[in-house]
Amino acid sequence: MNKELLGVVLIYGLTILLAILLGRSIARWLRGEKSIWNLMAPLERLVYRICGINPEEEMTWKQHLKALLTINLVWFVYSFVLLISQGSLFLNPDGNPSQTPDLAFNTAISFLVNCNLQHYSGESGLTYLTQIFVIAFLQFVTAATGIAALFVLFRALRDKVTDKLGNFWVFFTQSITRILLPLSLVVAVLLLFNGTPSSWKGKDSIVTLQGDSVSVSRGPAAGMIAIKQLGTNGGGYFGVNSSHPLENPNYFTNAVETVSILLIPIALVFAFGYYLKRPKLSRVIFSVMTLGFLLILSTSIWSELNGNPELEKLGLQQPTGSMEGKEVRFGPAASVLWGIATTATSNGSVNSMHDSHTPLSGAMQILDMMINAFYGGVGVGFLNFFIFLIIAVFISGLMVGRTPEFLGRKIEAREMKIAALIALLHPFIILVGTALSSYILVYYPEANWAVQPAAWLNNPGAHGFSEMLYEYSSAAANNGSGFEGLGDNNIFWNVSTGFVLILGRYLPIIGPLAIAGLLAQKKYIPETAGTLRSDSYTFGIMTFAVIVIIAALAFFPALTLGPLAEYFSIR
Amino acid sequence: MSVHNKKSIGLFEPALVNTALKQSFSKLHPKLMIKNPVMFTVEIGTLIMFFVVLYTAFTGDTAQGSLGYNLAVFIILFITLLFANFAEAIAEARGKAQADTLRKTRQDTPAKLVSPVGGGSLAEEIRVVSSAQLRLNDRFVCEAGDTIPMDGEIIEGIATIDESAITGESAPVIREAGGDKSSVTGGTKVLSDRIIVQVTTAPGETFLDKMIALVEGANRQKTPNEIALTILLASFTIVFIIVCVTLKPFADYANTPITIAAFISLFVCLIPTTIGGLLSAIGIAGMDRALRANVIAKSGKAVETAGDVDTLLLDKTGTITIGNRKATNFYAVDSNEEKKFIELAALSSLADETPEGKSIVELAGQKGINMHRSNGMEFIGFTAETRSSGVNLPDGRRIRKGAQDSIRNYILKNGGQFPDAVTEQVNSIAKNGGTPLVVAENTIVRGVIELQDIIKPGMQDRFERLRKMGVKTVMVTGDNPLTARFIAEKAGVDDFIAEAKPEDKMNYIKEEQAKGKLVAMMGDGTNDAPALAQADVGVAMNSGTQAAKEAGNMVDLDNDPTKLIEVVEIGKQLLITRGTLTTFSIANDVAKYFAIVPALFVASIPSLQGLNIMNLKSPETAILSAIIFNAIIIPILIPLALRGVAYKPIGASALLRRNLLIYGFGGVLVPFLGIKLIDVIIGLFI
Repeated sequence: MNKELLGVVLIYGLTILLAILLGRSIARWLRGEKSIWNLMAPLERLVYRICGINPEEEMTWKQHLKALLTINLVWFVYSFVLLISQGSLFLNPDGNPSQTPDLAFNTAISFLVNCNLQHYSGESGLTYLTQIFVIAFLQFVTAATGIAALFVLFRALRDKVTDKLGNFWVFFTQSITRILLPLSLVVAVLLLFNGTPSSWKGKDSIVTLQGDSVSVSRGPAAGMIAIKQLGTNGGGYFGVNSSHPLENPNYFTNAVETVSILLIPIALVFAFGYYLKRPKLSRVIFSVMTLGFLLILSTSIWSELNGNPELEKLGLQQPTGSMEGKEVRFGPAASVLWGIATTATSNGSVNSMHDSHTPLSGAMQILDMMINAFYGGVGVGFLNFFIFLIIAVFISGLMVGRTPEFLGRKIEAREMKIAALIALLHPFIILVGTALSSYILVYYPEANWAVQPAAWLNNPGAHGFSEMLYEYSSAAANNGSGFEGLGDNNIFWNVSTGFVLILGRYLPIIGPLAIAGLLAQKKYIPETAGTLRSDSYTFGIMTFAVIVIIAALAFFPALTLGPLAEYFSIR
Repeated sequence: MSVHNKKSIGLFEPALVNTALKQSFSKLHPKLMIKNPVMFTVEIGTLIMFFVVLYTAFTGDTAQGSLGYNLAVFIILFITLLFANFAEAIAEARGKAQADTLRKTRQDTPAKLVSPVGGGSLAEEIRVVSSAQLRLNDRFVCEAGDTIPMDGEIIEGIATIDESAITGESAPVIREAGGDKSSVTGGTKVLSDRIIVQVTTAPGETFLDKMIALVEGANRQKTPNEIALTILLASFTIVFIIVCVTLKPFADYANTPITIAAFISLFVCLIPTTIGGLLSAIGIAGMDRALRANVIAKSGKAVETAGDVDTLLLDKTGTITIGNRKATNFYAVDSNEEKKFIELAALSSLADETPEGKSIVELAGQKGINMHRSNGMEFIGFTAETRSSGVNLPDGRRIRKGAQDSIRNYILKNGGQFPDAVTEQVNSIAKNGGTPLVVAENTIVRGVIELQDIIKPGMQDRFERLRKMGVKTVMVTGDNPLTARFIAEKAGVDDFIAEAKPEDKMNYIKEEQAKGKLVAMMGDGTNDAPALAQADVGVAMNSGTQAAKEAGNMVDLDNDPTKLIEVVEIGKQLLITRGTLTTFSIANDVAKYFAIVPALFVASIPSLQGLNIMNLKSPETAILSAIIFNAIIIPILIPLALRGVAYKPIGASALLRRNLLIYGFGGVLVPFLGIKLIDVIIGLFI
């Protein structure tokens, strides 16, 4: 096998292996069984004492949501204030300025919702203070928020006829102490030994081989890079993210960072099965996600390794596939794996420029974010998948002649209403956002803004359309990566994507938790031979079909005008 | 079942089609359309197209496409609406026709009203009035040859009644006051004797009236399941509204003018019109199928719930076994005194009017022993306390016959001994599914009578079918546990309630419900009424008491105890039809996208011809083919919606696989073929 493809297979295989182990370990302590993580208990108790939390207090789903939303609001205010005043605060050796209010709004929201859409460049747009106490801080707590929300769902689906679903603060704290913190430490150390900086000193200056003197940004990067990968955050320390030689120095660190992208989202799928003692259900869900992931990945790899047809027409050889926008040290296959992994999981970090991928590959990345449930972001990916699961349960329940039920609870009008609303939300915000920007671009190109709409796009035609579509998909999926041709640091994009971010984050958490909370209170119906088993592969196919029909079909016209038009025009 | 076939109505009987056609137009009223959000949006689209046609016709401006093209789109959309309305109308018409044949039986008949003379309360007279004049609680008299004018309950007398008008069964039945068989139905005929009947329902409120109202739509409420599905379909509709509305700025960006006709066509093709158009027809057809099986459902929900039933309570007698047990053997304790034992057995049964009792006398007669009543015999009837019966002879001998434990108690109480040999005999009979009756003379056990049950042919298969559906069957019987177990095993039911008292049924239902299961049962007696009310699906027999009929949520006109099984299948079929057509409808979108989307953009982005994988002739033919397919698939599926998708008891996962393959995969494939074919045909003309 081709060495590049072998690398992809090995990285992916290793991820799954580690994810199974991690998932099992999460389920163990979540069930309250003895595990090595009980070592963290004293630290957690300290946190509870300082914060005045009673870990024994059980919450209803509404109380969980209240806690989640309240703490998020606090973090928003805190981050916004630090960002607009960072220029005059300490830990700013490079003397970077404060952010403008609309950029600070976008940045605060974007990191608060675990998206990390960066309309700034890390080296110049932030200070060491905000890198650590805003960016890295939010990267930990927002990932933990997603995981904690998922744990509420786990509890709701396990416990029968109850409205008490555990304590949010406990779930939240343990997500950090038992998952994010230890894993980040390991990844950060691996990165450190491979040359990623972790320093408080300001820019360094080096003399290149050409004899030029350049200054190189550095800072406390290694730790932040670890959590940005593990927590499906994606907001890089440096502007060009993990294509930067200090953020991702070599093939080994690239492998580590790729594994880190997928590890926790997949592990949580397995944790679900072990926790509910329904490992087969997890395997089916994992298989559905993996089927989707691999279809998208292989299309993308095929497209990229075939190279750019336009270059071929010029008679240029592309033995390694399309290299445009990619780092030589990673090569196209590893770059594609990263690109698909990062868009599938709502991570958003990049090791190549997605803007420069071949059109079909770009289409796959956008599609990934439109679906947003093949693994998905930490915690929230599974929550998204849960919505599709509910719809699939409903339709297939009817198909076998029973009122639909999932894990012994009937799915009725109320649950369908919520599921339908959430499923509808995603296409709504992406399409309406893109429609709005297209409309302004066509009818008000000369609008009297700091950046005129006419100057938004780097590329005309279909590719420009893809840039806008990508931006809103990225915001809605809380992904954070961008088709970098777009001039997005201006008031229109900062504010419009800001709102898309909020809608795309909180409603898909509230909806599934509400459904789970409602289901938990319902009468439990034991399984009979007539019950449609949700852990059968037939049902898995049904779920896959629902995802494709709902998530992909709604976007078909938009994808046609963007990447598909581009694909057919250069084919 | 086979009995009803003669009553079935052809799917598209001309008279019904005529009514339905007229209805299709009157149902276009927006007030009626808005109940179906999917088709309502189609109606709005059609209206917009109407204005586009007018605009094009009067201004001659062809920026929105030629007049002919716009007119064609308008007409096809209009026909789509009519098709959807027709589906609903034909389902209603069939339901009504079915109900009418039942209603014909209760046309105006003379009623012999019993009324007080001159308003006093002492004397009563009989006046002949029209049945329409009967009111709730009125009493009327029926004599041999009279047609019973109205539903009611016999309060005096006993009669043989010909119910063939309702049930199609020609053998007369006996109805009498006081028992569990006291109800009479309007339209049936008294063959002998005289009864006084009290009217139990107000005019216009009989079950049949209620059922007709449900079918006619006036009272038709959406079931919870239908509501949830409507929500899902509405949200699909909204998604596609978003897709179509946002397409406008997208197209502006791409410099591609899209005509209004194309927008509306895309929208109508994408929203689930197929299921939207057929949804109410499916629901009505479900009620109709119940009616066809001679079951009157009091609500659509009852039929739907039947499909969900987890546990089925079935009476042994009449449902699982044929009628009644028969005596098959006499086992004397002392084999030398067999003749004497048979005499005793026959004596004890002389006054026993139960079929079992009679069969004992019969069997004795076959063995050449004929006993007769004589003066001085004091017959002891069966009571719930003693659970035995018998006779005290003039010579002082007391003969008792009953189940083992009751006779044992009787003997022990009177200082006798109960031999082990008898216990053995009793057990061996019970193990073989027989019912042992022990006969004692004074304090000495004389022998055991064996009664045998005969299981109805075909019951094993039916229970196997139910098991595959995931329905647990429970046999309810008064037999002792050993006998019950034997019959339960032989018939293939999953569980049994032996030595059942009426409250046992109730407790069993409550226990199952506490476990989250849905329970169905059938009953007729007043005793059954609480359990019928407690059960999720309670089917009362039409011959049963008024109390039972009020308590249940369905009434079986045939009084057929196996009907419950049919009802479950009807319910499942209803849900399956809904689910599979939804899947089919949504799966169709894939092909429609591939037909329309390239057609929209190919003018300005020629390279998108690559997406036109069906190789349709031109953008216009592509759009027309897609909406024509979208329209004609509705009438094509009407027979399926009315008949229901076949239910196969093969287990849930296998069933899903099957239906997913046929309606999901088929739903993706069929429109590709259909649209291509239509395109080829209209390509010949355009």
